[in-house]
Amino acid sequence: MAGMDRKDLLSLYYQMLLIRRFEEKSAEMYALAKIAGFLHLYIGEEAIAVGAIAALQPDDYAISAYRDHGHCLAKGSDPNKVMAELFGKATGLCKGKGGSMHLVDLANRFMGGYAIVGGHIPLAAGLAFATKYQQLNLVTVCFFGEGAVPSGQAHEAFNLAALWKLPVIFICENNRYGMGTPVHRAVALYENVAEAARSYGIRAERVDGMDVLAVRSLMQKVVEQVRAGQGPFFIEAMTYRFMGHSMADPSHGHYRTKDEVEEHRNRDPLLLLKETILTNNLCAESDFKQLEQEVSDVVAAAVKFADESPFPDTSTLHDDVMAEE
Amino acid sequence: MLLSYREALNQAMREEMRRDQRIFLIGEEVGYYQGAFKVSKGFVEEFGPQRVVDTPITEAGFTGLAIGAAMAGLQPIVELMTMNFAIVALDQIVNNASKIRYMSGGQLSVPLVIRGPGSAAHQLGAQHSQSLEAWFCHVPGLKVVAPALPQDAKGLLKSAIRDQNPVVFIEAQLLYGTKGEVAEGDYTIPLGVADIKRPGDDVTVVAYSKMLLVALEAAEQLSRAGLNVEVIDPRTLKPLDLPTIVASVKKTGRLVIVEEGWRFCGLGAQIADSMYTAAFDYLDAPVVRVTGEDVPMPYSRPLEDAAIPDVPRVVAAVKSVCGVQ
Ligand SMILES: Cc1ncc(C[n+]2csc(CCOP(=O)(O)OP(=O)(O)O)c2C)c(N)n1
Repeated sequence: MAGMDRKDLLSLYYQMLLIRRFEEKSAEMYALAKIAGFLHLYIGEEAIAVGAIAALQPDDYAISAYRDHGHCLAKGSDPNKVMAELFGKATGLCKGKGGSMHLVDLANRFMGGYAIVGGHIPLAAGLAFATKYQQLNLVTVCFFGEGAVPSGQAHEAFNLAALWKLPVIFICENNRYGMGTPVHRAVALYENVAEAARSYGIRAERVDGMDVLAVRSLMQKVVEQVRAGQGPFFIEAMTYRFMGHSMADPSHGHYRTKDEVEEHRNRDPLLLLKETILTNNLCAESDFKQLEQEVSDVVAAAVKFADESPFPDTSTLHDDVMAEE
Repeated sequence: MLLSYREALNQAMREEMRRDQRIFLIGEEVGYYQGAFKVSKGFVEEFGPQRVVDTPITEAGFTGLAIGAAMAGLQPIVELMTMNFAIVALDQIVNNASKIRYMSGGQLSVPLVIRGPGSAAHQLGAQHSQSLEAWFCHVPGLKVVAPALPQDAKGLLKSAIRDQNPVVFIEAQLLYGTKGEVAEGDYTIPLGVADIKRPGDDVTVVAYSKMLLVALEAAEQLSRAGLNVEVIDPRTLKPLDLPTIVASVKKTGRLVIVEEGWRFCGLGAQIADSMYTAAFDYLDAPVVRVTGEDVPMPYSRPLEDAAIPDVPRVVAAVKSVCGVQ
C-alpha cells in the first residue's frame, strides 16, 4: 500500500485504542457509581473521530453532540481531565460542571458536547462564520448522528452554511439508530441521508466509517477544498454503535438483534486497521501488545487522577454563571 | 390499588384512549420503544401505530403537527421525551398553541396535552435538568399541571386530556417509580383545585411535584420539634387555587413556598405576591421562599445537591418563619 507510514498508522491505532479502553473503563466506573448521569459510549465509531480529526490542524475547531468522549480525546484533550470531568471532580475539563455530555476543551479547540439533539449544528456554522470573518483560514468540523438530520435546527444551519459558503464540514455519524429508532423510521431520505445537505447545494459524500484510513483520506481532500473557500461539505460516515444508546440502555435493546450487532463487530475499526498494518508487515503482534500496555497505563492513570481529585467546593456553585467585568 | 406514578399515567391515557377515538399519542419512542420512561408500555399493541405515533427528533415539527390536528378535531397527547426539549418546541407552544383560540376570536380551540418528565434527576447535566414550569405559567392561554402523587397524576391527566385548552403536564422524572394508592376505574380531579396533603395550624407550606415529597418529609421532622405544618399541593400551577392557600395562611399566619425551579421570577414569587394582596393582614412574618439556585444545573454531585432544595433547607426555612431555633 502506497504512502503508508508505520508511525502514522500506529498513531491512528493508538488514538482509537485510547478511546476504546477509556470508554470501557468509563463503563466500569459507571457500574461502580463513580460516574453518574447519562453516559453514551462511542465504542465502534472511533474511526470517524480519529480519521476526521487527523486531517485537521490543531487550531481548527471541532464540536460534537452528547456522544463526545471520542471527539474530545481525538482533539488532544488530557485523558486525566476528561476522566475527572466524568467523575464530576474539580480537576475536570469543566470543573465538574459539564459532565459526560458537555465536555469542552478550549485549549484544544474542542468547542463542546451538547445534549440537545440538533442544537449544536447552528453553533458549528457560527464557529465557521467567525473564522471566515476573522480571515483565519480555519475549518470547523461538526459531528452529529443521523437522528439529528431531520431537526429544524440542522436544516437552518445547512442553509446558512451553504448560503454564506462557510468553512464547515458536517459529519453525520450514521450508526443507523437514534436511541431505539432505526434510520428508516426517522428519516425520509434514509437511503442517502446526504441528500438532505445536497438539497441546499452542499456537496456531500458517503464514506465507510469503520475504515479510519478511508475517513482520513476523504477528510484530507475535503478539508483542502473547504479551506480553499469552496463552502461547506457534508460527510455521511456509515458506522455502528456496539453498545446500547447509553448506560441506561446497556444491551442491544429490543430494537436490534444480537446477530446484527455481531455482524458489525466483525468490522470493528480497530481490527480493520490492525489487519491492514499486519498484512503490510509494518508491525508485529508484539508492537500491538506494547501499545495495549501504554494505553492501559494512561487509562489507569486517568482513573487514579480522577479518583484522587477533590469534588468541587460548593462555594463554586455560582461561579461562571456570568462573565466577570 | 397500589400503583407507581408511571402506571397511574399509563392507566389514565389508556382509559381515555379507549373512551375516545380522537385521542392519539405522539412523540419520540412512544410506540415500539414503549416510551423512554415506559409510560406508554403496551400502547402500540393495544392501539396500533396510527394512534401511538413514533416521530423523528423534531419537537417543533411534531408539536406543531399536533396543534394542527387539534385545530381539526383531534385530541393529541404530545409526549416530550423530557420537558427540556419543550424549548425546541417553544415557538409552537407559545406562539401557536396558547394564542390560536384568542387570535381567532374563539373560533378555534387547541385541545392538547403536552406531557413529559421535568426537573433534575441524578446528575444529568445542565441541558437535561430544568424546571421550566414558571415559563409556561407566564403565558396566557396555557394550563400547567404538575402532580406529585400517583392518585393525582391519574385524575389530573384525565382532566387535562378532556380539557379543551392546551395543557402542559409536567411529570418529575424522579417520581415515575414512586408508589401510592390510586382509586380504581374512571375518576377525574378537576384542574385548578389544590389539595391539603397534611393539615396543620402553625405554618403553611406550599410545594408541588417532587418538592411535595421533600415538604412532607420536612413536616414530619418538624412535627417532632413541635411544629404543626400544613402542607398544600396546588397540583395545578395555572390556574392556581389561591383561595385554598389564602384560607390556610389566614389560619396559620405564616407561609413557606418550596419549588425546584430558579428563584428569579419563579412561581413562589407569584404566590408571595398574591399573598401580600389577599392576606397581608393575616401574615405574622414575611413569606419565605425555598428555591433552586439561580445557576444552570451543575453535573457534579455535591454542586447539584447544593443547587436543589432539600429537607434540611425546608426545615430551616419553616423554623425561621416561625421564629424557632
Ligand atoms: C431535542 C432532543 N430531543 C430528544 C432528545 C433525546 N435523545 C437523545 S439522543 C437521541 C437519539 C439521537 O440519535 P442520533 O442523532 O442518531 O445519535 P446517536 O445517539 O445515534 O449517536 C434522542 C432521541 C434530545 N437529547 N434532544
